[in-house]
Amino acid sequence: MVQEVAFEQEKVLKSPWGGGKSPFGVSREKFTMWIFILSDAFTFAGLLAGYGFLRASLPEWPSRIEIFSAFPFVSAKLPLLFVSIMTFILICSSLTMALAVDAGKRMDRKGVIKYLLLTIGGGLLFLLCQAYEWGHLIHEGARLTSNPWGVPLFSASFFVITGFHGSHVLSGVIILTIMAIRVAKGIYDKRDSYEGVEVAGLYWHFVDLVWVFIFAFFYLL
Amino acid sequence: MSVEHAAVEVHHKESFLTKYIFSTDHKTIARQYLITGIIWGVIGMILSWFMRLQLAYPNQPMPFLEKILGRWAEGGILKPEFYVALITMHGTIMVFFLLTAGLSGTFSNYLIPLQIGARDMAFPVLNMLSYWVFFAASVVMLISFFVQTGPAGAGWTMYPPLSAIKSAIPGADVGATLWLISMGLFIVSSLLGALNYITTTLNYRTKGMSMWRLPITVWGMFVTAILGLLSFPVLLAGAVMLIFDREFGTSFFVPGGLVVGGQPVPHEGGNPILWQHLFWFLGHPEVYIVLLPAVSLVGEILATNARKPLFAYKVSVGALIGIGALSMIVWGHHMYVSGMNPILGEVFVITTLAISFPTAILIFNYLVTIWRGNLRLTPGMLFALGFLGLFIPGALTGAFLATAPVDIQLHDTYFVVAHFHFTMATAAAFGMFAGVYHWFPKMFGRMMNDKLGKIHFWGTFIGVYLIFFPMFFQGIAGVPRRYYSFTEYNFTSQFVGLNKFITIAAFVAGATQLIFLFNFFWSMFKGPKADKNPWKANTLEWQTDSPPPHGNWGPELPVVYRGPYEYSVPGAEEDYIPQTVPIKVEAK
Repeated sequence: MVQEVAFEQEKVLKSPWGGGKSPFGVSREKFTMWIFILSDAFTFAGLLAGYGFLRASLPEWPSRIEIFSAFPFVSAKLPLLFVSIMTFILICSSLTMALAVDAGKRMDRKGVIKYLLLTIGGGLLFLLCQAYEWGHLIHEGARLTSNPWGVPLFSASFFVITGFHGSHVLSGVIILTIMAIRVAKGIYDKRDSYEGVEVAGLYWHFVDLVWVFIFAFFYLL
Repeated sequence: MSVEHAAVEVHHKESFLTKYIFSTDHKTIARQYLITGIIWGVIGMILSWFMRLQLAYPNQPMPFLEKILGRWAEGGILKPEFYVALITMHGTIMVFFLLTAGLSGTFSNYLIPLQIGARDMAFPVLNMLSYWVFFAASVVMLISFFVQTGPAGAGWTMYPPLSAIKSAIPGADVGATLWLISMGLFIVSSLLGALNYITTTLNYRTKGMSMWRLPITVWGMFVTAILGLLSFPVLLAGAVMLIFDREFGTSFFVPGGLVVGGQPVPHEGGNPILWQHLFWFLGHPEVYIVLLPAVSLVGEILATNARKPLFAYKVSVGALIGIGALSMIVWGHHMYVSGMNPILGEVFVITTLAISFPTAILIFNYLVTIWRGNLRLTPGMLFALGFLGLFIPGALTGAFLATAPVDIQLHDTYFVVAHFHFTMATAAAFGMFAGVYHWFPKMFGRMMNDKLGKIHFWGTFIGVYLIFFPMFFQGIAGVPRRYYSFTEYNFTSQFVGLNKFITIAAFVAGATQLIFLFNFFWSMFKGPKADKNPWKANTLEWQTDSPPPHGNWGPELPVVYRGPYEYSVPGAEEDYIPQTVPIKVEAK
């Protein structure tokens, strides 16, 4: 009996859940970023569900194909092309982010900086596109309270949801810039681990993923 | 993967500012939360006194009220618009500032690292930020009492359109804006807290502290943190939309065709039901965010003071998790009369009734835990037993409200007021009192006075019953909640005498809290010094000094060899075996 109990203790100590270590084998930073992402996902889910609820309760909703058909320097109507390019830019920035993390795993400082800068560039380009899109819609008369296409809630939810996402992209760009500076200073080389870049990358991928949902639910559906 | 702490260096000098104000020590932060919570509790209670005075003596001038409240009670009669502000602020303060931040802020911070054998939280600085953001939320909320139009007045649930249109009532003006800002800060604070609690619980358990050896308190705080992590952001989304409706003229929650004060409102197309969905998606888990820490503190105290193992520990933990999971899918039971589709309502009836299974299992486990135990009636134990005495009738009446056909009659009556004051308000407060009495020796290194604690318990327990039990009768008779005055109709004015009685009980029970306040602050400095382990308890925090040093454990982290509830083990030398006692392997 007593020996069984002692055996039990050995089993507990060997188990990943037995204490003294992380059960998932991840650091506190990475784990916390995961659960933060979970939490933030609920914020976006709240916004998108609210938008869906309102849209379902309204008799009509403006046609996005006609509204989002402008393209800079081109007078022809190109429905949804511009926003598709924005989406493509953001997805590409996710790819470069993954490459930055990969370079970090190989302790390749220059590679990390290169891909981080590319990712930051992608984020900034996305924000620039968003600024163009907002400016264009505002120019056409869209406001928080009204718009030329009828349903006032259309422009209100557009500005709130894309604005909330845009602020996430902006925070991501700032975080990645700080990361790039820290990498350049050699902080992660000294730590012998580029995990900080990976954690920032998790956030960046999340922001990109959210955009895919916004693109699908707001522009396409 | 190494999980060593930032706070490993045990001895290092600290200035007053870093030790008591901007401290990153989880124990200091817990005490900051506790004292802030107590201050909010006192404020919230005083607000309820004003409401009770109005209900007991409607339209009777009370000149002293004008002295205290100024233009809110001109001629000594409380103004209706201030009455609704009182209700709003009483609810907000008690639910969020006392029973969420005050309760989980105190005990999650204090107990998680100590009971799992860690030196501090996973992110001590984030933890400090969490408190100070909460403090900022408190300041903003307090400021709203002093603005021209008064504090928020649309109810703690902030239902639009009342809360969305500034000209609707005075309480929908600046006060509501400050309310939203304060709640925004509060959500950030609660997020920072929850991230820390979850990561700490999973990553920082000491060697041998497997999940099945965690004290039930840690499980309770852990599930609470997950609930907060997932439900508060949805309120944030709703709050963002409400801010846009109020400040920038959007119409997320405001339908078209409204006329306020003779003026048509320019909004169109919104849906106030959406706010109710978003609010209650937080609001219902919030009830359990309040309850679960209390219920888990009570479980720990019952087992310790009954000198018996917690009955069916794993099942109790499962029940806690079950309550937490189900609490995310029951929010619609607040909306049976809001115009929700009745079929959807039926779904919510089923999920809500389902939540009574894990709740009942947990409470029965507690009852079996104390069954034929060797009860030590310390003040903490009395409050834990009082918790059961309040929670059981409260939970039973919940079954009536969960059932849509009955709820249609009882909705928004004093029956609801009585129900939630029994379950989540006073029961949770009793859990908090129990926790304070039980862990005070550890927190402050001194014992609280036993006799004063017992007087406080009996005064509060009897008082609470006298205040809230009569409200069930009022509710069944159809008396609506949140009304300023009940003199107009016979079916409500028949209760004026009862209302006077409740008001007197409220004042007496409130005055009893002064005994607690005196006991608390006096014992903090003058109480007799506490031993390491005054209650002869098993969990880790009792195996270190009272109060524990910075870093909690000295140079070596404790190692855990057994579960937390080995009380009265047959054949053992004493009736308790701390978790750190190794198992002797005798070669025969």
